[in-house]
Amino acid sequence: MTWLWGALLFWLAAWAFNAWLAGRARARGRVVTLFIPALFGITLLVLWEGVVRGLNVPSVILPAPSAIWARILGALPTLGEDFVQTILKGALGGYLIGCCAAVLTAILIDRSPFLQRGLMPVGNFVAALPVVGIAPILVMWFGFDWQSKAAVVVVMVFFPVLVNTIAGLAASERMQRDLMATWGASYGQTLLKLRLPAAMPFIFNGLKIATTLALIGAIVAEFFGSPVKGMGFRISTSVGQLALDMVWAEIAVAALAGSAFYGLVALIEKGVTFWHPSQRARG
Amino acid sequence: MRALLPVLTVLAAIVALWYAGAVWMNSQWSYDQAARAGVEVSLTEVVAETMHQDRPVLPAPHQVLAGLWEGLFGQKITSKRSLVYHGWVTLEATLLGFVIGTGLGILLAVGIVHNRAMDLSVMPWAIASQTIPILAIAPMVIVVLASLGVTGLLPKSIISAYLSFFPVVVGMVKGLRSPDAMQLDLMRTYGAGAWPVFWKLRLPASMPFLFASLKVSAAASLVGAIVGELPAGAVAGLGARLLSGSYYGQTVQIWAALLAAAMLAAALVIAIGAIERVTLRRMGMAR
Repeated sequence: MTWLWGALLFWLAAWAFNAWLAGRARARGRVVTLFIPALFGITLLVLWEGVVRGLNVPSVILPAPSAIWARILGALPTLGEDFVQTILKGALGGYLIGCCAAVLTAILIDRSPFLQRGLMPVGNFVAALPVVGIAPILVMWFGFDWQSKAAVVVVMVFFPVLVNTIAGLAASERMQRDLMATWGASYGQTLLKLRLPAAMPFIFNGLKIATTLALIGAIVAEFFGSPVKGMGFRISTSVGQLALDMVWAEIAVAALAGSAFYGLVALIEKGVTFWHPSQRARG
Repeated sequence: MRALLPVLTVLAAIVALWYAGAVWMNSQWSYDQAARAGVEVSLTEVVAETMHQDRPVLPAPHQVLAGLWEGLFGQKITSKRSLVYHGWVTLEATLLGFVIGTGLGILLAVGIVHNRAMDLSVMPWAIASQTIPILAIAPMVIVVLASLGVTGLLPKSIISAYLSFFPVVVGMVKGLRSPDAMQLDLMRTYGAGAWPVFWKLRLPASMPFLFASLKVSAAASLVGAIVGELPAGAVAGLGARLLSGSYYGQTVQIWAALLAAAMLAAALVIAIGAIERVTLRRMGMAR
């Protein structure tokens, strides 16, 4: 019982401290905006640990964070193998192919307003569909290995990126395009020097949405069949064995990989679209 | 309506590509069959043959439509082979999850807007959790809840709720913060406390944002319900239909289930769009 009460006490103390910090931090520095969410996250972990230990929750229902951490350290080679199979080969491979294809398609149909008017509603519609459902079909076509996962990812990321890129290519203003015309710029020059840079905030918006979709696609596609490695495979088999600490370890890796992937794209965005108002330092 | 002709053209192109793909991908099997039987087949015979194989690699559009028609209207809607039955199972879970997720999302958004400590501590995690492939935990939620004795509708709905939760939180926070300083000042000159400001200014102002995120979260919760049906041997629902189709190589069944899911998603989004139009018009906010 001490565990439970200790955790609850810690939670209340951390909450009071956070409230106090948030209340008085009028001049909120970088430290505070990082510290408060960090403390909240730690509180959740402590509460989780305390509840599991205090109430003796069996590990087949909810393992404690410490047990998950021990499993992560114990199963590093397996986790690494799954990471390479699912994230690097499946998700990243499909992500690169799908995003490149989408941007190229957008540029190709950019010259035809007719196609644009036709593709935008269709693309928006497909982007809202449960595209994951196509996974069993693609697994049938491309086999069990990572190629089929990459194919699922390609289909999933294609339309969000396409729709955003088309919207982005229309983002440059009339005046700017007229200026390019007065300078005698060709179509290609206008595209490279004005319209693609102007489209970058939109394209990166689509790319960021696509990072999450890519991981989801790669993991879910493995539920439909995979070689004996990969995160989705490990999750579904470990669930079958009720080895929930392994499942949580995979989830932790997936969460970490997802955040890192997103962060990487956001970082590239910061470098490419430094001129955009949303990226300029407020002050 | 200006977009009608281009959209139809694009759709026609997709169908044409689909037929071409069906011929291309299915012809291999036809040639193999012919070679095994020791007969020569002409191209036209192969093309005709690829249109109605039993287990095509890629079923032709009319086969899928026939499968869909058969599934929707070919049997009693209580039959295990009826897509109406499976669609209803999925829709139930979707709607329950959607309601739970949206309700919790709105509550959390209200808390975030009114409590600074909550804003600073919860919001970064809400955004970070968007980058995490949440769907990966779907099988675990199902199995754990099943071991606790909770089965049926609720586990799937929890996954749906989880997926539809965050779009609503993010959209509602944005919406509840959308009244500008001038409007808030006006409320203060009227002597309005936090409660009237919330009911009379913040909540109405957030409606357009709410509906925009409701559309996203409706689609997300359908995905959640379908994925929730994949593991742990669910026997009913569109996801179970997909899974059994992939086990037994029934491609027509997979495509029909997929099309049914697409129609369901479209229906949900259109329904929310209709409610949005009516609500915003009655509130005088229609653009």
